[in-house]
Amino acid sequence: MGDLNKLTIAEARDALRKGETTAVALTEACLKAIDSADALGAVAHKTPDLALERARAADERLQAREEAPAMCGIPVGIKDLFCTEGVPSQAASKILEGFRPDYESTVSGKLKDAGAVMVGKLNMDEFAMGSSNETSVYGNAINPWKAEGGAALTPGGSSGGSASAVAADLCLAATGTDTGGSIRQPAAFTGIVGLKPTYGRCSRWGIVAFASSLDQAGPMTRTVRDAAIMGAAMMGHDPKDSTSADMAVPDFEAMLTGDIRGKVIGIPKEYRMDGMPVAIGKLWSDGAEMLKDAGAEIRDISLPHTRYALPAYYVIAPAEASSNLARYDGVRFGHRAALAPGDGITEMYEKTRAEGFGDEVKRRVMIGTYVLSAGFYDAYYNRARKVRALIKRDFDEAFAAGVDSILTPTTPSAAFALGREVSDPVEMYLNDVFTVTVNLAGLPGISVPVGRDGQGLPLGLQLIGRPWEEGALLNTAYALEGAAGFVAKPAKWW
Amino acid sequence: MSIDIETAARVAKLARIKVEDEDLPVLAGEFNAILGFIEQLQQLDVDDVDPMTSVTPMRLKRRADVVTDGNQQAKVLANAPDAREGFFAVPKVVE
Repeated sequence: MGDLNKLTIAEARDALRKGETTAVALTEACLKAIDSADALGAVAHKTPDLALERARAADERLQAREEAPAMCGIPVGIKDLFCTEGVPSQAASKILEGFRPDYESTVSGKLKDAGAVMVGKLNMDEFAMGSSNETSVYGNAINPWKAEGGAALTPGGSSGGSASAVAADLCLAATGTDTGGSIRQPAAFTGIVGLKPTYGRCSRWGIVAFASSLDQAGPMTRTVRDAAIMGAAMMGHDPKDSTSADMAVPDFEAMLTGDIRGKVIGIPKEYRMDGMPVAIGKLWSDGAEMLKDAGAEIRDISLPHTRYALPAYYVIAPAEASSNLARYDGVRFGHRAALAPGDGITEMYEKTRAEGFGDEVKRRVMIGTYVLSAGFYDAYYNRARKVRALIKRDFDEAFAAGVDSILTPTTPSAAFALGREVSDPVEMYLNDVFTVTVNLAGLPGISVPVGRDGQGLPLGLQLIGRPWEEGALLNTAYALEGAAGFVAKPAKWW
Repeated sequence: MSIDIETAARVAKLARIKVEDEDLPVLAGEFNAILGFIEQLQQLDVDDVDPMTSVTPMRLKRRADVVTDGNQQAKVLANAPDAREGFFAVPKVVE
């Protein structure tokens, strides 16, 4: 077999069953790739011993008479936001330095129980707050893609380490989480597939909380088929998350027929932004053409409240974050600041949080505190929740009118350079302009690599589906993927 | 709406994040940029709109009101920066 770390999940699964490779061999190939890729900053905590132990167990299971789950023996990376038993889990924050959970998040636990092999914890923006992976305590994760002769690029964020690791073949797939676009934007920047399921599909239990009404875990993979396989393994009802949906998870892979004849694809006019790069506009119309050629009907639609999505998000997400992050107080886990003589408990909180949180996290916690404070709650938070209802209604009406899925660009640009000066925090927030509506409405969304810009950098298109209909969404994405035929890989420089 | 330095200091205090006095003007400026952006929400008429509560109508699950966990003192304390005699230790709370 060729380079085992470059296989898709489906290829590795089939090869394992034919006896052409072993979980240990797959894992060793990934561990070797990880060790030679420190320059990417994708892996924050390597777990080679644990990985080999789990790979050996997976090989035993694969030999047993009973049919092993599809993910058995597949090396995956886990975003640092997921609590993993006995392994550092610090959401890329200094405030969780040294924290080793005594429990496993439901999603990473499901993958583990299915026999997947965790090769390491992956870099991300601190507490998943960011769109460039530059707010991490571990330092930047770097995009394996580069423009010719160009500077180091961001892999996007917040799941930047996951995107970088999958695109650079450090693992076959990775988990991500998506609060405003954190799976789809990095997937688009690195030429991979990223699926954000319907809110409630994946349990949030054991995932460090950012904005609880928006957070959703999902797979980041090389192909749509892999997203179907890994997604199904991550989803399912969990009594430990009260918002987890008690609904059966279908066999998504079996739904990948590529037949989308008669499906109605909506093209929302509000997503055609002023100043949109030509390459993005062309990619979008090319994508619509591909779906049309596959037999779908392309229909212009309107989602009139789109422009209010980002401002609503930047009330709701910081408000929920300020509440969720109140637990980091230096008492039960993580970092505690050194105190001066005479300091009391208030000084302990204030110094611990000042030292432990990075600037972007502090900014969002304080904005959240402000919009929730007495006298402002109705003007900001309640108003934002109502606007959210209007944004959801836009989608409901489109779906009720017969639209099956909606096609948009994933991002307003290709990957941008790391380290550029951003004096206005709002400028960075605009990265999420096409993805954030999906979180506010709780819908499933997927980014598929479809083309490249003039500099050779990957670009993605987003498909948005009806709630709970990930299967149909994945099938449309599968048809788009097949038509686009995106097979480019970054040239290895690391 | 404009956030002055005094308001920025009050918000930092409420959030229990120590901000040095010399850093307050920059922070207030950033707050104003973000709040200016959020201000667009005031353009919409939302009087007759109910706030969104869930993706699809879903009734929260109920379970029997019984103890399902416990007796894990060592595990609970294992990650504490300062644990003594089975308790979390903190600086003096009451004078």
